[in-house]
Amino acid sequence: MIPCIRRAAGLCLLLLAALLVNAVRVQLVEAPVLDKNPANRRPALARYAEPRGNILVGGRPVTGSRDSGGRLRHERTYTEGPLYAPVTGYSSQTYGTTLLEHTEDTVLAGTSAMLTALPLWREFSRTRAPGGNVETTIEAPLQRLAFEGLRGKRGAVAALEPSSGRILALVSSPSYDPAALSGTGRRTTGAWARLNARSDQPMLNRALRQTYPPGSTFKLVTAAAALESGVVEDPDGPTGAPEPYLLPGTRTRLPNEATGCGRASLAYAIRWSCNTVMAHLGVTVGLPGMLEAVGRFGFNDGSLRVPSAVARSHFDRELTVDRLALSSIGQYDTRATPLQMAMVAAAVANEGEIAHPYLVERTTTAGGDTVRRQLRTSYRRAMRPTTARVLQRLTVEAVERGSGRRAAIPGAIVGGKTGTAQHGMDNIGTPYAWFIGWAKDPDEVRPAVAVAVVVEDAAAKRQDISGGGSAAPIARAVMAAALRGR
Amino acid sequence: MTAIAPTGHGDAIGPGGTRGVRGGRGVELCLLVGAVLIAVYGYVAVGLARDGAVPPDAARYGAGLGLLALLAHLTVRLCARYADPLLLPIAVLLNGLGLVLIYRLDLETPADRAAPTQLVWSTLGVALFIAVVAALRDHRALQRYAYVCGAAALLLLAVPILFPEVNGARIWIRVGPLSFQPGEFAKVLLAVFFAAYLAANRDALAARGHRGHRDLDALPGADGGPRGRMRLPPGRVLGPVVTIWLVSVGVLVLERDLGTSLLFFGMFVIVLYAATGRASWVAVGLLLASAGAFAVGSVEPHVHGRVEDWLHPFASIEAGRGPGQLAQSLFAFAAGGMLGTGLGRGDSVLIGFAAKSDFILATAGEELGLVGLTALFLLYALFVARGYRTALALRDPFGRLLATGLATVPALQVFVIAGGVMGLIPLTGMAMPFLAQGGSSVVTNWIIVALLVRVSDSARAPDPPPTLTGAPASAVGRAEARR
Repeated sequence: MIPCIRRAAGLCLLLLAALLVNAVRVQLVEAPVLDKNPANRRPALARYAEPRGNILVGGRPVTGSRDSGGRLRHERTYTEGPLYAPVTGYSSQTYGTTLLEHTEDTVLAGTSAMLTALPLWREFSRTRAPGGNVETTIEAPLQRLAFEGLRGKRGAVAALEPSSGRILALVSSPSYDPAALSGTGRRTTGAWARLNARSDQPMLNRALRQTYPPGSTFKLVTAAAALESGVVEDPDGPTGAPEPYLLPGTRTRLPNEATGCGRASLAYAIRWSCNTVMAHLGVTVGLPGMLEAVGRFGFNDGSLRVPSAVARSHFDRELTVDRLALSSIGQYDTRATPLQMAMVAAAVANEGEIAHPYLVERTTTAGGDTVRRQLRTSYRRAMRPTTARVLQRLTVEAVERGSGRRAAIPGAIVGGKTGTAQHGMDNIGTPYAWFIGWAKDPDEVRPAVAVAVVVEDAAAKRQDISGGGSAAPIARAVMAAALRGR
Repeated sequence: MTAIAPTGHGDAIGPGGTRGVRGGRGVELCLLVGAVLIAVYGYVAVGLARDGAVPPDAARYGAGLGLLALLAHLTVRLCARYADPLLLPIAVLLNGLGLVLIYRLDLETPADRAAPTQLVWSTLGVALFIAVVAALRDHRALQRYAYVCGAAALLLLAVPILFPEVNGARIWIRVGPLSFQPGEFAKVLLAVFFAAYLAANRDALAARGHRGHRDLDALPGADGGPRGRMRLPPGRVLGPVVTIWLVSVGVLVLERDLGTSLLFFGMFVIVLYAATGRASWVAVGLLLASAGAFAVGSVEPHVHGRVEDWLHPFASIEAGRGPGQLAQSLFAFAAGGMLGTGLGRGDSVLIGFAAKSDFILATAGEELGLVGLTALFLLYALFVARGYRTALALRDPFGRLLATGLATVPALQVFVIAGGVMGLIPLTGMAMPFLAQGGSSVVTNWIIVALLVRVSDSARAPDPPPTLTGAPASAVGRAEARR
């Protein structure tokens, strides 16, 4: 009996040993796979267990956290959701994160190893650092003015500090309240469905993610190309562009909105926005020269991050000559984001150099210690300083005596360029009104602001929607606020 | 195995005389203090993790558990002073940790608090422990009630069939707000019945022709027997064995309770093997069990579903229906990793239904990690080993088989449910001994501890009472003859 009992005991202990081996299998060997199973809700639970860090504008949080009492405990709140939606994006328990909520997620959620002095201890104790904060470069007054200016319209505003690349305002209209997407359940999915069903696309970030034909504002790029390549040596001398101008190889006449463009100088063409002169110059520079020039401004670069991803601004790499003529005046397939056009204005204002645009000034721990500070970096040199100074003069003349008069600010140096972009099949769509410009306090060395405004207004009449009419006043308000803020 | 081997030959077989075994009550008291302290520490740790403060009733909880442990200890000291000093502390520790885990899960379900009820059941369990240890002075007295126990066990197993199905199984009796699982109590009764019946009939079942009451144990190797001589025992003896098998299958089919069926049959086969030494019995038993399990598993949808879940725990996720209980349980174990998340910091509540009962081990696995789980398994292993050691140290066949059966019950139970929730074997509803929520289970386990304490007292007593080997066996014999 005794050996049998002993064998039975051995069997029982063998069973328990099997359990131990199985525990090692589940808890150590297969654990990494099980942890990553999409149906495992633990990462989500941990993510929302603690309040999320905040995004700050001018030192004040524009986000918050609400204890929902649910299993996914903390929900995102936004103090002025629609105003800052193009900056913050949303942080949704259902739909994930976008924009800064996405790119700065590790800091905001507290998972970044840089938030803690002892990352190994965090790993060991399985605790999460409290969410850190993200300080943006946005200036609240500029943001608010731009948002007010676009109220009731579709469009976007992007404003930069030319010398540093700090993004001062980033507005898209119409906007939406990201707080509606924060939680889970029917209200959230309902809000998501409604926002996505709207024809005016409130969740589209027009300042960063939408490209428009830049129209006449693109003439600054063409002008830079002409000056850099030596096609134009004297901006005040005649260019030799005939009027009427037939698109090369076609019988299509390129119309001018302005008068007196025949053989006009580059200065006149910029001031009054002569299509014929700029198309002629673009064709004279040629496709390789134009491609090189637009590339220096950031066109055809799909990798720009601010740190939110910026849509690629486009200039065709292969073009027939007639289409090169159209492309050179910002038509045909040429497309640009509002941020890209603000960078064009910034290049003019900042002696030809484009500072890398950025939205995040610094990230901090919950206690306020700096985790990372954004340093100024150069993005590209768009043109020589001498070229930039010529364009500064021409754009200032355009504002003081030309098409951009409504952007003028007394006591300040303001340069700018209007644009009215045709689009749609046979250009039947309502044109987009553009204004890009820069402003400088005469007593300061550095320009205060560069701005791009685009208004796409289906309700407006064609005559009214010129860049000078509806976009310039918004730009003026933003630039004036930037000058005041100095 | 190693825990048993060194002692087996020495003090287990030595006939009478002083064996140099002291009672070990001092050791038991020290271990009990440690067990209570660990449980209270767990309780405090939950509070600290959840609210950042010591729970206000931590002292009361500690005092309550300590008082129960002290009363149990005093009873053992008075009535069973040579009992194994490890059994009671292990039981107290496991029960205390179970209460901590249930309390911790209660925090997630404020509307459904199970810990207070479990504490009441634990108190009742300890009370029964005290009553059994105090009232039952010699385990051999149980032999007289062998057939009463057998009949009662059958009755308890049969009754739930009349009650409505709960969660796919008919194992509950509900009377008003009270509900209990009679199958739990049947475990102890069947252990007593098996031990008594097999102690009386083991020679006949061993099927070696005519053999007197020789002391088989004195002849090493006699149990093994010559190989190849497989004769079936006479039907008179075989009858009850087949009956037990039929009952197990009946439980499986009528109550859809794979675990209980497996437990009964497993215990029976092991005790049968211990009694007869015939490996062929084990083979036949395993064959029958697998045949029964396979047949029922293919035919019965509830059991079949469990097997499917075991084979494909993530099928429901792939089908877009979200993770099932087993998948959630595996997620919980995986989340624990090596060291666990810490008490109160896990998300095992995602398992949902039965998180506090059948799946309680997942909470232990997630919050205490592989380290904590290993400690728990070792505690169970130690408990089982001490039970088997008692079996080896005893001299009467009934006591040996009883201790074997009683030690086998928690071992199989732990294997069935822990293996189930960790994906080792198909899941079947069953309580993790002492840890899981469930009044019937905790009370039954305390009775098992009481009986093991009682038999271990006899096993370790320095001056054993005169052997009564013949008398109880013949009592069973008479009972059988009357039938």
